[in-house]
Amino acid sequence: MRTTDTLSNELEPVAIENPVAGIDQTKGDFQYDVAYEFDAGTGLTEKTVDYISAVKKEAPWIREFRQNALKVFRAKPMPTHWATKDLENIDFDKIRYYLAQGQKPKRTWDEVPDDIKKTFERLGIPEQERKFLAGVEAQFDSEAAYSNIKDIVAKQGVIFVNSTEGLREHPELFRKFFGKVIPTGDNKFSALNSAVFSGGSFIYVPKGVKVAQPLQAYFRINAENFGQFERTLIIADEGSEVTYMEGCTAPKFSTSTLHSAVVELVALKGAKIQYITVQNWANNVFNLVTKRGVAHEEAEIKWIDCNIGSRLTMKYPGVVLKGRKARGEVISIALANDGQHQDTGAKMIHAADETTSNIVAKSISVGQGRSTYRGVVHIPKHLKGCKNNTECDALLINTNSRTDTYPAITVRGDRNYVQHEASVSKVNEEMIFYMQQRGLTEGQAMSLAVNGFVNDLARQFPMEYSVELKRLIDLEMEGSVG
Amino acid sequence: MSASVPSSTARSPLGSFTADAFAAHLASLDGAPAWWLERKRAAYERFAALPLPARTDEAWRFSSLQGLTLDGFHVGTPAEATQADDRIPDLPAALARPDLAFTNNHLSARATTPRPAGVVVSTLTEAAASHPELLKAHFMAQPQKLGSEKFAALHAAFVRDGAFVYVPRGVELAGPIVIHHRVTGPATAIFPHTLVIAEENAKATVIDLFYADARLSLPGTAAALPHFACGANDLYAAHGAQLTYVGAQAWSYETLSLQLNSTVVRRDARVQSLNLHLGGRQSRHESLSQLQAPGALSEMLALTVADGSQEFDQRTLQIHQAPDTKSDLLYKNSLRQTAKTIFSGLIVVDPDAQRTDAYQSNRNLMLSEEAEANSLPGLEIQANDVRCTHGATSSRIDPEQEFYLQARGIPREAADKLLTFGFFEEVLNRLTDDELHAALRALIETQFE
Repeated sequence: MRTTDTLSNELEPVAIENPVAGIDQTKGDFQYDVAYEFDAGTGLTEKTVDYISAVKKEAPWIREFRQNALKVFRAKPMPTHWATKDLENIDFDKIRYYLAQGQKPKRTWDEVPDDIKKTFERLGIPEQERKFLAGVEAQFDSEAAYSNIKDIVAKQGVIFVNSTEGLREHPELFRKFFGKVIPTGDNKFSALNSAVFSGGSFIYVPKGVKVAQPLQAYFRINAENFGQFERTLIIADEGSEVTYMEGCTAPKFSTSTLHSAVVELVALKGAKIQYITVQNWANNVFNLVTKRGVAHEEAEIKWIDCNIGSRLTMKYPGVVLKGRKARGEVISIALANDGQHQDTGAKMIHAADETTSNIVAKSISVGQGRSTYRGVVHIPKHLKGCKNNTECDALLINTNSRTDTYPAITVRGDRNYVQHEASVSKVNEEMIFYMQQRGLTEGQAMSLAVNGFVNDLARQFPMEYSVELKRLIDLEMEGSVG
Repeated sequence: MSASVPSSTARSPLGSFTADAFAAHLASLDGAPAWWLERKRAAYERFAALPLPARTDEAWRFSSLQGLTLDGFHVGTPAEATQADDRIPDLPAALARPDLAFTNNHLSARATTPRPAGVVVSTLTEAAASHPELLKAHFMAQPQKLGSEKFAALHAAFVRDGAFVYVPRGVELAGPIVIHHRVTGPATAIFPHTLVIAEENAKATVIDLFYADARLSLPGTAAALPHFACGANDLYAAHGAQLTYVGAQAWSYETLSLQLNSTVVRRDARVQSLNLHLGGRQSRHESLSQLQAPGALSEMLALTVADGSQEFDQRTLQIHQAPDTKSDLLYKNSLRQTAKTIFSGLIVVDPDAQRTDAYQSNRNLMLSEEAEANSLPGLEIQANDVRCTHGATSSRIDPEQEFYLQARGIPREAADKLLTFGFFEEVLNRLTDDELHAALRALIETQFE
């Protein structure tokens, strides 16, 4: 029998790269001085809304739309009869509803102001990767700060602008679809967004155009008490294809901030839209987002959604399957650490024959983190050949971690097929033991196991996002064991 | 839904159960102990203070609230019970000889079956005098967590009588104890109750059969009458006890039914419950299982045959309060015509309930284009070393099987019946008592006549 000494000696040469080493954890904890040219102050009144509309030089119909939305927002109660009471801790009077650099989007990297470049530096994007990510449209606070992919795709007739520009320069197109997928009164936070939205993207892909590279935008929040209310509208015309990616990291602030976006997708006949999100909000952010797409005949909408961080995230990407043979998919990964609640899920509304939907959700609860899956699958009567498949898997890391699953499935008629499955488990102890035997620390082994748990979903992300995701999981898993 | 149902604006929170009706009910109770009356008064106050379920109540999501009217009923009286004919419907052997039979909440028949010493099969009224401490400790003693607090209070206020079953330590009963709850007369409101206490290592099977005259085709009875049934049962399995409970519900097609179950399972005890739902215009069944000590097991089964415009609303809660407990839920619904079912289940694993093994499954067999199945299978897990899974499916059968039946010229109605029985077999097979299995099959057959 070998002694412990020889065993450890033998193991020494096995160099295990610590995936966490070398990553500065204070990154992302920064706050930056920015000379805000436009600032609507804190609190929300009719004046705030008028101010935003005036700064953006908007047409009267938009101002009316905003004012009406404000009324709806005020009239709607907090949805605390089903959602967490934590929502009551949002102090709407302490939030800044508009803040902008007041700059026009920049064309080249050189034109981007140095202070903004510095912010990206802190994001930890290496020089090489930055070149690789040359197509990034970086949104700094409410307005787009950098964009050059626009020129490339413009040659194909693709419109890729921020929502303010979209409203100004393509009003017919914008107005036709704007607020149609997610009406103002959909929920309290969609109403809030409709009143104070700024930033976000407007994309139109013409008939038959397949956009080769993904369109990207990085979002950041960079002012205390500053809520970000971006509004994104993507229209994929018949037979076109587009992938959109957004990612966020945010500085940590002492008081709560609110992020409440609205994202509307329209996939016309035979079109395909893929919308990818990797987010890592600071622990004090309320992230209350409404995302929904309408898929027309034979169209396909796929949401790939990864939620890490935030104090409370409530996000249920949805697809309204409006045309025959339309397809909807939600791939969701959520990781909740101490003090975080990931309340995420999916919504599939079948509204035509032979529509199919697929939901795969995986969540990880670490420490006292809480992850919740909430879903709706609705198949009304007189439809036939509709199918839904839902799978929810939850992984609990610590003894005090928490997970919930609240699906709601309605099926009418006998010609449709729906199945839902969920499971809850912990990391297999034998697996951890095996890896520890081979020289990994418990933390590394746990991190590897968690990455393995989400691997089949993470592989669906573009390469650089799945790298970022792995890095984020490693960071989150640090200190969760031992 | 029938046209006679008032709109939601007409719903009154008390309905027919006014303070006067309650006073009359109390006055009709002879010789009830003071503590019992005191409890009833407190329950009536709770009932009167609580609002009717509202649209925004999560516990009532998908339920048809406009059908939940308490108006137009009267509390069944002893006179009605004695006037009703005492025939017992032609039932399968396992159900035909009740140990206790209640008509409109009054004892109308009892059998004198010899039982081992110490076994009590009596009425609640008798138990209030003979076993007040047991009744105080177990009668509706568990929390109402599934949305029907108001109806639980209504039940406690107006319950006149019911069954009380006590099986002492170590006693194993061979045959089942059968209890009939029958409703008769138009617009009658009844409050059936069954309380079962299985002491340490005791073993028993208890069957509740709920029926209306018309539903089980007693010759010469009138067509379906509207009734209101607001029932409850309390099951308690002490250390090592084994309790099998079957509730078979065959109310009239015009009945509004609420049935509230509570099951407490102690260390190494095992409770198997199977609820069969056939009758009612709108039937809600709430079932709460509390697994309170290591080794506890609760098996929760239900079968529903929903047809016409019936609505069946089933809400379940499996609470794992201790480590090493197990629960296994399987609810199957067969839906025809414009029927609607709701299954809302929740598994709760408390922070210290490590090594919980919980399962929850809802399967809906859709047999018509108009039927509607709603599933809300939920989990709330606060311990990490657990095995919890749930599943829900809604679909028609495999097209190949359907083609097989069609190819042999089997008519739709007969095919539905075959498919339903094939679908239910998995649940019925969990019963170890073959005679009981056959009796439930025979009851299910009545739904296809």
